[in-house]
Amino acid sequence: MLRLLSFALFVATWWIASFLVGETKLPAPPAVMTAMMSEARSGALFLNLGVTLARVALAFTLAMALGSAIGYLMGRVRLANRLGDPWLILLLNLPALVVIVLAYIWAGLTEVAAIVAIAINKLPTAVVTLREGARALDPALDEMATAFALPRGRAFRHVILPQLAPYIAAAARSGLSLVWKIVLVAELLGRPNGVGFEIGVAFQLFDIPLLLAYSLSFAAVVLVIEILLVQPFETRLSRWRLRAA
Amino acid sequence: MQLDVDIRSKSFENVAGKRHDVLDGITFTLNAGEVGVVFGPSGCGKSTLLKILAGLDHDYQGQVARPPGARLGIVFQEPRLLPWRSVEENVRLVAPHIEDIRLSTLFEVLELSAHRNHFPGELSLGLARRVALARAFAVEPDFLILDEPLASLDNALAGRLRDQIATLVASRQMMTLLVTHDLDDAVRLGDRLFFLSARPGRILHVETIATPRAKRSEPEIDEIKMRLSQLDLANM
Repeated sequence: MLRLLSFALFVATWWIASFLVGETKLPAPPAVMTAMMSEARSGALFLNLGVTLARVALAFTLAMALGSAIGYLMGRVRLANRLGDPWLILLLNLPALVVIVLAYIWAGLTEVAAIVAIAINKLPTAVVTLREGARALDPALDEMATAFALPRGRAFRHVILPQLAPYIAAAARSGLSLVWKIVLVAELLGRPNGVGFEIGVAFQLFDIPLLLAYSLSFAAVVLVIEILLVQPFETRLSRWRLRAA
Repeated sequence: MQLDVDIRSKSFENVAGKRHDVLDGITFTLNAGEVGVVFGPSGCGKSTLLKILAGLDHDYQGQVARPPGARLGIVFQEPRLLPWRSVEENVRLVAPHIEDIRLSTLFEVLELSAHRNHFPGELSLGLARRVALARAFAVEPDFLILDEPLASLDNALAGRLRDQIATLVASRQMMTLLVTHDLDDAVRLGDRLFFLSARPGRILHVETIATPRAKRSEPEIDEIKMRLSQLDLANM
């Protein structure tokens, strides 16, 4: 209910603003809706959203899996941390644009280049977060697992993983927002489809309703994924905390 | 089955790089069915000793021969339960093949039946200790280590828990090692008492109590306690 109200407030503000600055600069909601409907009817909207989502999913999964593994290793093994740290700092501070452009130059304007470039941008933040998580592991529980001779797999699943869960959730949350942003840049620069490409086209044609139509549909998809997937997952992970007296 | 302990020395290096001797000459054997009690002042290295015996610390001079294949059950000073698993899941984690009947009996003896589905964060310290005890017994240990299981509980609760421990220890032929700094607990639960010196800890005196635990009368317990408290351990 409160969410609906805040959404209505957003639309109202937009409408008033569009009256004030003029339709050419900021089209009113109905004009954008019309553009959205026509894109939806032709199927282009769903195709482009789908393509972008697939890229996000692939790059996100790749970066999270690799980043978590590297971060865990760096948090647990001092040598790995020493070796990995300079690379990590380099990657953390490398601008997204540089990575994307270099990836396109070296690997061509291909799908693989786009996804790898997006993943490389997200990777170091996942590594840093998971490294912190691995460093914060409770040695007392490790000792318990050793004393009771828990097999490695069991110990990892029941003792280690739940301790890392909040860090994984944090990495996923910040990583997802990073990937949402970067995927559009990668598409703008070197892909023939996707939301980023369409926004680029709309920009060149100065077609503001189309630009807003794609931006808002994209924002809506992000919101739905956050509410339906990310937030319930986070609640599930911390259910033992909520019940604690 | 027996445990042979011969630790010549154990030292730590602190942050400043200075060496501290923690243990200095601990030699004893413990047989199956026997309860050994390590008794000594705070900070004398009792917990360090337990860590070595539990196989968690290998950095010491000497030898500890645990019977090969012996299952270890341990109750740490802090309960060390997984906060994200329920009481029952915590116990089943270390003993995945435990039969339901045995688990129920264990929970009944320790008065935990009502708390099976609670999370450790919802339990008092006394209850959490009992869950840790249930976990240690669930693995059907051959070697049981109890690190101050009765500390910081009120007298009535400590007494009840002590009786429960005695019941459980009697139910299985195993080597048990109990650490305490309470003489009463030591005399009531132990068969052999190892008195440790202040740091660096070494064994000052070994007291063997011949009467079986269940048959010790109150006057006998008082007599042993009296005699032990008169030992001038500080100057041995």
